[in-house]
Amino acid sequence: MADPTEKVPVRDAQPAAAPDADAALSRGRLVWRRFLRRRLAMVGLATVALLFVAAYLSPQISIWRYDQLDTSAFLSPPSAAHWFGTTQNGFDMFALTMRGMQKSLVIGLLGALISTTLAAVIGAFAGYFGGVLSTALLCLVDLLLVLPGFLIIAILSPSFRGQSWLVFVLLLAAFQWMITARIVRGMTLSLKERDFVHAARFMGVPGRTIIFRHILPNMASLLIIDATINVSSLILAEVGLSFFGFGVQPPDVSLGTLIGDYAGAALTYPWEFYFPAGFLVALVLAINVVGDGLRDALDPNAGVGIRS
Amino acid sequence: MPHVMSAPPLLEVDDLTVTFGSEAGAVRAVRGVSYQISAGEVLGIVGESGSGKTVSSLAVMNLLPPNATVAGAIRFRGTPLTGQSDRDLSKIRGKNISMIFQDPLSALTPVYTVGDQIAEALLVHADDGMSTQAAQTRAIELLALVGIPNPRQRATAFPHEFSGGMRQRVMIAMAIANDPDLIIADEPTTALDVTIQAQILDVLQKAREITGAAVILVTHDLGVIAGFADRVAVMYAGRIVETGAVDDVFYMPRMPYTLGLLGSIPRPDAQGHRPLTPIEGTPPSLVSLPPGCPFAPRCPMRVQACIEDEPALVPMTGSGEAHAAACHRSGEIEARNLKSADVFALPDLPANPADRVPREARAVVLEVRDLVKEFPLMKGTILRRRTGTVHAVDGISFDIREGETLGLVGESGCGKTTAIMEILNLVRPMAGTIAVLGKATASLTDAERFAIRRDLQVVFQDPMASLDPRMPIGDILDEPLRTHAVPAPERTARIRELLGLVGLAPEHANRYPQAFSGGQRQRIGIARALALRPKVLVLDEPVSALDVSIRAGVINLLERLKADLGLSYLFVAHDLSVVRHIANRVAVMYLGRIVEIGNVDDVFDRPAHPYTQALLSAVPLPDPKKERRRRRIVLQGDLPSPSDPPSGCRFRTRCQLFAELDEPRRQRCLEQSPDLAPRTGGADHLDACHYAEPRSVL
Repeated sequence: MADPTEKVPVRDAQPAAAPDADAALSRGRLVWRRFLRRRLAMVGLATVALLFVAAYLSPQISIWRYDQLDTSAFLSPPSAAHWFGTTQNGFDMFALTMRGMQKSLVIGLLGALISTTLAAVIGAFAGYFGGVLSTALLCLVDLLLVLPGFLIIAILSPSFRGQSWLVFVLLLAAFQWMITARIVRGMTLSLKERDFVHAARFMGVPGRTIIFRHILPNMASLLIIDATINVSSLILAEVGLSFFGFGVQPPDVSLGTLIGDYAGAALTYPWEFYFPAGFLVALVLAINVVGDGLRDALDPNAGVGIRS
Repeated sequence: MPHVMSAPPLLEVDDLTVTFGSEAGAVRAVRGVSYQISAGEVLGIVGESGSGKTVSSLAVMNLLPPNATVAGAIRFRGTPLTGQSDRDLSKIRGKNISMIFQDPLSALTPVYTVGDQIAEALLVHADDGMSTQAAQTRAIELLALVGIPNPRQRATAFPHEFSGGMRQRVMIAMAIANDPDLIIADEPTTALDVTIQAQILDVLQKAREITGAAVILVTHDLGVIAGFADRVAVMYAGRIVETGAVDDVFYMPRMPYTLGLLGSIPRPDAQGHRPLTPIEGTPPSLVSLPPGCPFAPRCPMRVQACIEDEPALVPMTGSGEAHAAACHRSGEIEARNLKSADVFALPDLPANPADRVPREARAVVLEVRDLVKEFPLMKGTILRRRTGTVHAVDGISFDIREGETLGLVGESGCGKTTAIMEILNLVRPMAGTIAVLGKATASLTDAERFAIRRDLQVVFQDPMASLDPRMPIGDILDEPLRTHAVPAPERTARIRELLGLVGLAPEHANRYPQAFSGGQRQRIGIARALALRPKVLVLDEPVSALDVSIRAGVINLLERLKADLGLSYLFVAHDLSVVRHIANRVAVMYLGRIVEIGNVDDVFDRPAHPYTQALLSAVPLPDPKKERRRRRIVLQGDLPSPSDPPSGCRFRTRCQLFAELDEPRRQRCLEQSPDLAPRTGGADHLDACHYAEPRSVL
């Protein structure tokens, strides 16, 4: 990302810049190799994939559905019939946790996608066109940054009760994109002075096209990392809101509602609390580790790439 | 026979190898380099990027990154430096051996004043308990020595308050602070303008005379070597391929690479038009070197032996004792005294059909009249107010006719880039007019402006930055065609045609820019500019970021395209040698104004303006004998700020002629800004000096 565009690049023989060394390896493969070398990140990636598969395949494996009662087992500890035990009402804890994780994952992924896209588009337009548009967009960013997002969603929560959880995702994303948008704007300001952008401008390519064709692809690494980190922070935001009852509404469940509902049982019936909480920690940790690994792999200055 | 004890040489490097670990494999940056340097001697190490010249000199100082593996012996006055601890080496570094780096901004600590930094260099090595006071006083003396005006005040200034040239002087002051025996200068003038380069080389020469130190001068510029070094070592792919006294290597090169290098550089003093001999191909990858001579794939003289085994450096019998070359056929080159043109095929450049028509009869394709561009200087964040104006371009006029190349030269900050950006933006200028193919930009509608972009295209300086790294070459070349709605089948055909035109293969269309070398990328940039069949090309320093051996190929390509396609060029450059080679006419800019304009031969052979004279005399010639005979006009000081230009003639603050004038005559320079007018005979040779007098300086 940090190509120096200084004048007169005659400094020679930095090992990574050997003329044909990069030619042999494409950038994508190089990043992938660097990523593979981060063992922890690989473990994280495997964990995320595993949790994802588990969340979506579990209805096929488990005989219980998340909204199904087992009237023969109330508050039973983990057993062969109920792997994670049951709740007071006879809900299967495994089915609940998996369903909750599905919801949390979908909210996290969708929210991250929306917020990163929003950040990229708004930041790039503000940076590229400048002037009044930039000032207006920056004012909006500053305004949203000082508003307490959690509180506002909590206050708005009753009015979207009964509507789709998608509204909730949109609201979460709306309070997530601002800082990235500022970073994107800054990067756009420097990218737009690069010669390939000048070249496109001097051949008559309109600004909109330049943004989508040249500017955004060149900060793809930033956006990928940002989206990854957003997934985990959105999951946490969702959990926080749902914990207090402002997020996902019953009968649907998420990891947040589960943790909120069963926090009181942590000491008495621990399976009710520790399974959803444990999965939440594992999920967020794994995603963060992947994000760190991606950052190191994409950033040529991270220093872990080259070993003699 | 009694053994004669001779003093060991000052520095002895014996079979030095440096290897870096990398993703792609081990990078063998230096492969068996040996040289010696005696006290007071100047050794020039010359080579292109990646040849290992910087790495081998950093190895002497043990300043390589931790992923480098160093083998071989380095002895300083007979004491081995390899294998010593960093702490022990620190006693030698900066005291006995000091270093001057290429980029003086990153070599100085930004948070300390330069006086403190020089004093620190003194105090670190002071065994006899030098007082801080004494060190400060000495620092001021040193600053005065390297020609920093007002050293007492300037010693309390921070590095960012100095210009590039002044920072490099500070670096030299620091390097000579402890009276070293050896100074290693790594590209000390590469980032500087040519007149500043002349100043710095002057200071370096003075520093050498005062300390009596030996100097290792690492550079890619053969001209600098010719004027400064006693001996030279030419490096290629991590090895010394030819070494010897400067005269031997420059006048009797015995290795085809040296021959090619000398034949591929344009000369500012070249009369008539001599085509350059390009070296085909690119330097080999240091990761997967071929078994034979690393130059063999590019060498027109290669035989089977060259591909099979690598030649050693062997002494040449017919020239000076230290002259040695690493080539299987150097004996033959010596016996037949082959020159560059004998070894490398001269490219066949077509004659430009436009040359047959007199200039006046050709149509004007680009006309600039009294162009002005100013930038406001603003202060404050909320209440912004204007505190000044940068007069970047202050009324320049020129025209370019069909089939002609105008070279626009000047040092950084003279406004040449601003001028071409104004032209390329195709908007109404702040003042003056720009007309492309007869259409003034001030009155263009959006549709007309879009249409005119087809005729006016641009090639940028930095081939790394001018191509979008995320796009394959095919898409890059397709972009202008797509933008201007060329039908799809035509586009594919045109991309193939364009790749062929600049000497690339059609299958290259699928690769990404990072798969290409600098020279190839620049060819792609040229192909993109040509996609829409423009009439005028603006070339913004198109070869200055390229290595010497690659440069000639791109220059020849530009010349061929101009003749074949009937193009006109606006060639912006700071390298006067290239301009002399490629341009028909030349305009010299200083601080936002054109100070001299005319036919290239007139301006180079009979420069009338003192600035042009100084500029030309500062260009180093790759010719040791001529270089020794020349008297250089060294300009004083730096370029004044364009926000506060001097009254009257803008050049008077640095003018060598002004300094010699008597008071009444000076008054005119102070009060009256000279206008551009023919003063020295030729109606087409204009200059802006009250006391213009042609003078040959090359």
